[in-house]
Amino acid sequence: MEGVFLSMVLMLSVFLGFELISKVPATLHTPLMSGANAISGITVVGALISAGGELGDLPTYLGAAAVMFAMINVVGGYMVTNRMLSMFKKKDKSQPGDKS
Amino acid sequence: MSLVVINFWYVIAAALFIFGLKKLGSPDSAVKGNIYSAAAMLIAVAVTLFNKNILSFDWIFIAAVAGSIIGAVAAQRVQMTSMPEMVAIFNGSGGIASLLVGWAALFNSGNTLLTNITVVISIVVGGMTFSGSILAWGKLSEIMNSAAVVFSGQRVVNSAIVLGLLLFSVLFCLEPSVSSPYLYLIISLSILLGVMAVLPIGGADMPVVISLLNSYSGLAACAAGLAINNNILIVAGSMVGAAGIILTNIMCKAMNRSLAHVLFSGFSAAKQATKVEGEVKPITADDAFLILEAAQSVTFVPGYGMAVAQAQHVVRELGELLEKNGADVTYAIHPVAGRMPGHMNVLLAEANVSYDQLIEMEDINPRIGGVDVAVVIGANDVVNPAARNDENSPIYGMPIINVDEARTVFVLKRSMASGFSGVDNPLFFCDNTRMLFGDAKQSISSVVAEFKI
Repeated sequence: MEGVFLSMVLMLSVFLGFELISKVPATLHTPLMSGANAISGITVVGALISAGGELGDLPTYLGAAAVMFAMINVVGGYMVTNRMLSMFKKKDKSQPGDKS
Repeated sequence: MSLVVINFWYVIAAALFIFGLKKLGSPDSAVKGNIYSAAAMLIAVAVTLFNKNILSFDWIFIAAVAGSIIGAVAAQRVQMTSMPEMVAIFNGSGGIASLLVGWAALFNSGNTLLTNITVVISIVVGGMTFSGSILAWGKLSEIMNSAAVVFSGQRVVNSAIVLGLLLFSVLFCLEPSVSSPYLYLIISLSILLGVMAVLPIGGADMPVVISLLNSYSGLAACAAGLAINNNILIVAGSMVGAAGIILTNIMCKAMNRSLAHVLFSGFSAAKQATKVEGEVKPITADDAFLILEAAQSVTFVPGYGMAVAQAQHVVRELGELLEKNGADVTYAIHPVAGRMPGHMNVLLAEANVSYDQLIEMEDINPRIGGVDVAVVIGANDVVNPAARNDENSPIYGMPIINVDEARTVFVLKRSMASGFSGVDNPLFFCDNTRMLFGDAKQSISSVVAEFKI
């Protein structure tokens, strides 16, 4: 039953993902990609369980390495996405030519 | 915290991820969307630490701090021009993380056949995402030759690798064990497969590859979620997978090529395009200034060349001067301009161009006939009219920005070389085309200087 339940979750989230992401405008495709990078760092959740699980030395090391790689994605991904998105500004048309 | 409570929090995190992605639908709300998504991640990580199976925190702490520092430094330092490389590297690190999680999941007791199958999937997808991304990074950062590498027998070798992977996966699942030799064979072959898959792709096809690898990194996380029975990994991973697939599809359409064609055949300029003959009409910065000063509407069409010349800031300055002069200024961006989806938009946003001036190809083409001057900066194939009217051209059928229909076209170009795909561009010989030779940044700077006199 568990397999059926998980595939149900999988199917629904794929459909939802398609719906949501097809609405993202082309202008934001690069931040979308780096944001997606950050979200794929969700593997960190699985990695934490392995790294802290005392199943033996090897799984601990594997988990710890996975925590590190996934955290690069999470922290780096969100920070760089935030950096990019804060650049997208709409300028006030009444005062064109602001120099920076 | 019991598993039920933890899972309840995962549901909240999933809802926040979804809400965050929804907010990414408009530049106004996108910053907030990213923060929601980050909050979702924080919740997911925090409640996981309460899992009663986690007994020691030493390694977790060291690894998390190390990863966070690397990620933060990379995010702070990266130049916007190098975003494609950065995304490629991040895809790779997501891939290897999923491979390691899948591998570690083998040590759990009571794994079912289904678990073992998903472990193999997360190892294979994670491994090929990792090696493929590293290779893509090498090509993008020009550490290695970015051209497509095609050799005879490539398909035979690739088929052999895929067959080998299938065979070893079946053998492994029949007798799963953490010390199974098949496990190491599967890991090595999946890493090899990633390299082989990216080798034949190069040049103008790179945006497709990073979109696809982006998708794989999500699918790998999703498979790892199935392997360890974790809902939040499945939800978040499949969203990323969907994002990558959508972007890949957009890129393929924008180049009028099927995904299979991009993946397996490299870019063949085998068909000989009709030779274009004619005389180009060069123009000086002085004359360009006179025409621009009289223009009522100006559209800039940037390509990767603008990023290379770092010309985006002077372009924005010229755009502002033209606006002050009363002209309507827009920036028309082709979906595959640059080295990744949306790359040009980010560079122009960094240079302070207002995002409502960034126009997509479908929106500019119907009204390009009313544009007085179209200024092509470092773009070539995406404005090549041969794609529209020369059936022999290798890029025939690719949607382009029809700059040749504008009243006047300025093409800023270093010299008369052809574009990324090595195709001749008849645009240069059109009656309404004027060539402004030289470094894009310098050419525009001299026009800007004229305006200021």
